[in-house]
Amino acid sequence: MKYMLLIYAGSADAEGCEPQDWMDYEKAMRDAGVLVGGHSLADLTTATTVRVDQAGERNVTDGPFAETREVLGGYDVIDVPNLDVALDWAARCPGARGGGSVVVRPIADFGDFAG
Amino acid sequence: MGESDAGAEDSQARPLVGSAGAAPASAEAAPSIEAAFREERGRLLAALVHRFGDLDLAEEVASEAVEAALTHWPVDGVPRSPGAWLLTTARRKAVDRLRRDTAYAARLAILQVEADRADPSPPADADGDLPDERLQLFFTCAHPALPAEDRGALTLRCLAGLTTAEVARAFLIPTATMAQRIVRVKRKIRQARIPFRVPGPDELSERLPGVLQVLYSLFTEGYAASSGQTLQRLDIAEEALRLTRILHRLLPGEREVAGLLALLLSTHARRDARTGGDGEIRLLDEQDRSRWDRAMIEEGRALVVTALTGGPPGPYGVQAAIAALHAEAEDVISTDWPQIVALYDVLLRLTPSPVVALNRAVAVAMRDGPEAGLTLLATLADDPRLRDYSPYPTARGDLLCRLDRFAEAATAYRDALALAHTEPERAHLRRRLTSAEHRCRGSHRIEP
Repeated sequence: MKYMLLIYAGSADAEGCEPQDWMDYEKAMRDAGVLVGGHSLADLTTATTVRVDQAGERNVTDGPFAETREVLGGYDVIDVPNLDVALDWAARCPGARGGGSVVVRPIADFGDFAG
Repeated sequence: MGESDAGAEDSQARPLVGSAGAAPASAEAAPSIEAAFREERGRLLAALVHRFGDLDLAEEVASEAVEAALTHWPVDGVPRSPGAWLLTTARRKAVDRLRRDTAYAARLAILQVEADRADPSPPADADGDLPDERLQLFFTCAHPALPAEDRGALTLRCLAGLTTAEVARAFLIPTATMAQRIVRVKRKIRQARIPFRVPGPDELSERLPGVLQVLYSLFTEGYAASSGQTLQRLDIAEEALRLTRILHRLLPGEREVAGLLALLLSTHARRDARTGGDGEIRLLDEQDRSRWDRAMIEEGRALVVTALTGGPPGPYGVQAAIAALHAEAEDVISTDWPQIVALYDVLLRLTPSPVVALNRAVAVAMRDGPEAGLTLLATLADDPRLRDYSPYPTARGDLLCRLDRFAEAATAYRDALALAHTEPERAHLRRRLTSAEHRCRGSHRIEP
């Protein structure tokens, strides 16, 4: 069962958010054989949003609107047996500390219906 | 009563009509079948969930097994081991279903492999006894990933064996709404793959309070409204008590489970004395203590000892100890108030909350007099969490009455009336208000 861990940034200077902590975390996931993939996202100021309206008109704007403090900073996809194990990995993520949070979402599996 | 879904509801009547030849036997057997099923349902469901890892499938085949029982038992007699009969029948039906539905089979085959890997020993159901897998169902129903407001409903549905309609009645919401909520919460369990498992020893301290919270909320849900007109909800309190007993049997070494059970027993022991003939509220000092359930109080007291022995106490153990002190006192005056205040001090450290502080203030007033209580209440006056909490002005009114400050007491009761939610509470407050106003006028008349 695959889960995506959506990592929302807390304050950058929080304890446990050193680059080394992130590297340790990734290594732990690789060693356990659960890491499917993941990326950190570049700074929010580099983001661009595209919308296409009903007439097919493209509308490009700067950034997503970051009025909330919840900013998506990266994601990991892991493959583990169930939600409890996924939550354990999410809790170990440095991004879950220092005011940050990790949202755990199962990745839809349509294989059931394909037989 | 005990069926798991709407489809099974009419099955109660059907076999009685269908097997005319066995009519006397069926009429006689029906209640015992009902009782057997009610008792076995949570356990049956848990065993099926353990085996197949799918709550919906488990519920469906459990219902079908009961339907089969209602057809066969009135004719053939109730089997020696009804639980095992139900489990075997349900498993056979599940296998039939899996053969019909290959997509289902593929999914369950994977689940089954995982389940076997996690627990290599097969459930010990071969010798006729139904295995007890209910503990994992307790933890699934109270899983922190589920919406808090749905955990109690799911527990009543899966472990207490109530129908969706009964659960809806318990929470005073329409059946259709409850059905939607249960469908939604079961979908999350399936799609997010919330496991059916008992947390390991290292996780237990983190997860057990959630389970206890569900049971305690269910109990208070039923208990707070024991107005006499809504007997239905007293049933919920009893169901919560029954489930807590089961949890205690499954986790005999967990002291907070013993504490919760003791608390529920000591509280429930007063159920008959809590209301008067017209369903009006009777407070502790007005209750006829001969109507308290002595057996329950004794059972609770023994459990308090377990809850408080062998380590630092937990909040349920402390609350149970307070309830036990009330229960063993002859009357309000001779209650061991110093000890109760000391226990509230402990409770306040464990669970700092303004409601606990309020209860402590009332106990201090009993120990040291109403002035001392009022002084403590004044320190809570600005707490926003008590702003809409009617027991706060009620307590003030009661203490002011004891100081013959009836005009101020009347004001406090009026504040409380504006905040009270249930009719029995409002009636009770109106009674107090009238009395305070009456005595207020009385005292004025004496003055020149």
